[in-house]
Amino acid sequence: MPPGAHRPAATMTRRVLLAAGICAVGLLPALRAQTDAPPLRVYPVQGAVSVIAGAGGNITVQNGKDGTLLVDTGLAASAARLAAEVRARYKGPVLWIVNTHLHPDHVGGNDAFAQADAAKPVDFLGARFDGTQPLKIIAHSNVLARLTGPAGANGVRPSDAGLPRDEYATPFKDLRFNDEPVVLHHEPRAHTDGDTIVYFPRSDVISAGDIFTPGGYPFIDVANGGSVNGEIAALNHILDLAVPGHTQEGGTAVIPGHGRICDEADVVEYRDMVVIVRDRVQDLIKKGMTLEQAQAARPSRDYDAEYVTATSFVKAADFVAAVYRSLTAK
Amino acid sequence: MRYVLVALFLVLPPAPALAQVDLSGSWASLYHEDLPERLPGPELGDYMGFPLTDAARLRADSYDADRISVVPEYQCRPHGGDYQMRGLSNMRIDPVLDPVTQQLVAWHTRMGFQEMERTIWMDGRAHPDDMAPHTWSGFSTGTWRNNMLNVSTTHLKENYMRRNGIPRSANATFTEHWVRHGNYLTVTTVITDLAFLTEPLVRSQTWVSDPGQRMGRDICEYGDEVPRDRKDYVPHHLPGTNPFLHEVADWYGLPYDVTRGGAETLYPEYRSKMPAPDKPKLVCERYCNCGVGANAICLLAPTAPRPR
Repeated sequence: MPPGAHRPAATMTRRVLLAAGICAVGLLPALRAQTDAPPLRVYPVQGAVSVIAGAGGNITVQNGKDGTLLVDTGLAASAARLAAEVRARYKGPVLWIVNTHLHPDHVGGNDAFAQADAAKPVDFLGARFDGTQPLKIIAHSNVLARLTGPAGANGVRPSDAGLPRDEYATPFKDLRFNDEPVVLHHEPRAHTDGDTIVYFPRSDVISAGDIFTPGGYPFIDVANGGSVNGEIAALNHILDLAVPGHTQEGGTAVIPGHGRICDEADVVEYRDMVVIVRDRVQDLIKKGMTLEQAQAARPSRDYDAEYVTATSFVKAADFVAAVYRSLTAK
Repeated sequence: MRYVLVALFLVLPPAPALAQVDLSGSWASLYHEDLPERLPGPELGDYMGFPLTDAARLRADSYDADRISVVPEYQCRPHGGDYQMRGLSNMRIDPVLDPVTQQLVAWHTRMGFQEMERTIWMDGRAHPDDMAPHTWSGFSTGTWRNNMLNVSTTHLKENYMRRNGIPRSANATFTEHWVRHGNYLTVTTVITDLAFLTEPLVRSQTWVSDPGQRMGRDICEYGDEVPRDRKDYVPHHLPGTNPFLHEVADWYGLPYDVTRGGAETLYPEYRSKMPAPDKPKLVCERYCNCGVGANAICLLAPTAPRPR
């Protein structure tokens, strides 16, 4: 090969490197933002179900031959990374999203999946040409009502395409996906008034949403229809559905809205905590205490070290206030 | 040369094994330490010997033992990994060997009560991250330091440190130090729990080799034992209403403050400022001679308190 033959290649290499360098400098802020964001972590749970953590609330994934069903979609800021992770890791299209409730750390990624789905062509009846169904986003009708209502779910509202327009208004709704029944149970007036828990009986998994957040007090969103007694009823319903394994450990897995993979025993501890604090606040109300007096009495003080950290969303006084308000609501 | 090699073969020690001491076999628990607490069970309100936080004290004060029967989800629970060694149960230890290399991968323990099992990984694996499930026994890894097996355990489910409601959180961790002296095995347990302890809790338990032992099954079935009108009912005492908290002080003639526990009460200096008992006792009335002679396992106790 003549010596001069290397020259164009070398020049090309220099140009490519220069262009790459310019691009890299230009992309630095974006790259830094990507690096700073907590990495998404994927954990197999059991059966066809896994969980993705790090995108806001936990995201439950059921995947199989039919495609993918997501329970919640995390924060909007994490949506691109979540969509990339789902595409890379799971075969088939995302055909179902179930929103457990209306908060932005659980519905924030709806838009990204809805817009990607809307780009696919459909026939005049709305079906995909490959025979699959378009993406359906399900939630209880109270979620849709609050997301589209005047308050707009505290100012955070998905686009029309990202709204859970496949809503249900019955005590439960079921469907079959990947050869598995998927049962959606509405839990009235619990964490909010639109909570859904999702039960996968064959995989033996319950996705609980923010009704259950081990390591943190429940956020009883009274303004959005939540109540402490509904929260307790919902936790008891999870206990009714869950069947423990040997020594009352394992068995049905329970995926919380935030935090580690759990089982029935973990829900029992949580339920007991909520019941005991509820009973104490009720006792203070019977004694005629105002909310401020009840908060000053610190009725949850023996649980605070377990359920409150410096970064907790719900502090002890917030929890006591939510319990007090829901018990005294007319 | 051949004779030199043979001599070397005979003189040189075998290659050191990862297992410095063989712990395998059947073991029977000895109850000379903390016998009344471990066999008949602790008295309600007895927090002596515990460096408790105020939160732990209130949680224990709120405890109502009815919870075990009223709430079916409690009925078949085993002890936590940190309490297993103290319970009323024999133990079998099996080595788990790599089938190819014959290196020790783990120690596996099984106990009679509620068929409690533990695995102590010896292959250098890391503990799982914060999303991993917590279990009754937790996740344990071990390393040898000379003849002592040092065990570190994380990922525990919430449980108790004493069977009268003293709580141990799911964030607690514990270390153990296993030492075999001939036919005796001593395990020292050190629990760290920032939620409920102001300093680590140190306890020890001793076992004796029992080669003739055969461990049977302990099959538990849970169910509703008493009717519950309300599903949202969990037995507990509201703060300041538990009527049983003075019993232990009254029965044993102890100052009430002593029974409340706390780090200060653990140390000998506390005797010099300990208050006088409210109701002094001159004669033992409860669990007398427990662990001695015919009353070796406290079956003769408690005796009825004498009328005052």
